Amino acid sequence: MGMDNKHQVILITGTRKGIGRYLAHYYAEKGMTVIGCSRGEAGYELKNYRHFCADVSDEKQVRQLFGDIRKTYARLDILINNAGIASMNHILLTPLKSVRNILNTNVIGTFLFCREAAKLMRKQQWGRIVNFSTVATPLKLEGEAVYAASKAAVLSLTEILARELADFGITVNAVGPTPVETDLIRSVPREKMDRLLARQAIQRFGTFEDISNVIDFFIRKESDFVTGQNIYLGGV
Amino acid sequence: MHNKIIDLIIAEADELNEQIKNRVPVEAGRDAPLFGRNGGVLDSIGLVTLIVAVEQAVEDEFGAALVLANEKAMSLKNSPFRTIGSLTDYIVGLLKEDGNG
Repeated sequence: MGMDNKHQVILITGTRKGIGRYLAHYYAEKGMTVIGCSRGEAGYELKNYRHFCADVSDEKQVRQLFGDIRKTYARLDILINNAGIASMNHILLTPLKSVRNILNTNVIGTFLFCREAAKLMRKQQWGRIVNFSTVATPLKLEGEAVYAASKAAVLSLTEILARELADFGITVNAVGPTPVETDLIRSVPREKMDRLLARQAIQRFGTFEDISNVIDFFIRKESDFVTGQNIYLGGV
Repeated sequence: MHNKIIDLIIAEADELNEQIKNRVPVEAGRDAPLFGRNGGVLDSIGLVTLIVAVEQAVEDEFGAALVLANEKAMSLKNSPFRTIGSLTDYIVGLLKEDGNG
């Protein structure tokens, strides 16, 4: 489907702040119709942007959101499963509640959005899904066991959904950012961050642009033979 | 409601028929085989496609967000996906449970 940006509908989860907020602005500026969601209001307005308040792990809310997209736009071209939470803690100090929260948002949220998006994309036999993995998984970061495990699950989902959805013309890939200076890492001590950066081939913080660059590659129409792949930034 | 659902399944099967080799013989109405060992015509991807299309059509028609491939459907001794008739009865049942009957 050789569509130009202007006619593409892109759904990005977790657009209230951080990477998601950047991506919403980035793709809206490119002329795409951007649909964003987060638990609360976006806190900004943007041309070509529409915000939904939804908990990504609540099946009913997610189905409502997709029902609305189907009725309003009758299509979905791209899904960016950006919404994610982390919690840095030693296992001995990790409450079950944070484990559940992390798994709900990162794994169940990604699953639900992939499933519902694929139902919509199936109709046009074309779609692009980009999930978020993390370098915390291959680097086996201490203190991030649950976060890394949840993202390992996202990676497995990505690889297998790529196969299950190939028949529908949908590609599923993942991008694994290094630490970017967002809320997600604000509570991590500087010294720990430096040690982490030292394990990357290229030792600097990631930028929003590093991430959109990889996403741009996955979603371009020429990438229809690229699926089930994961790209870690920074040479991890 | 019964007839409406049959019509809706037939319409979706018609659309699916344009994309697949082994077409669903929709002219057989309720008896048209869908999936399973006894004369099923759809492969698994065909069935998945039909289920999702029918789910969306039911949602549009009745405003009910049903999940047809739920655990109940998978564990029923007689699969609801055997024929257009069995799928119709199954959907009528789900809609009743959902308060649409």
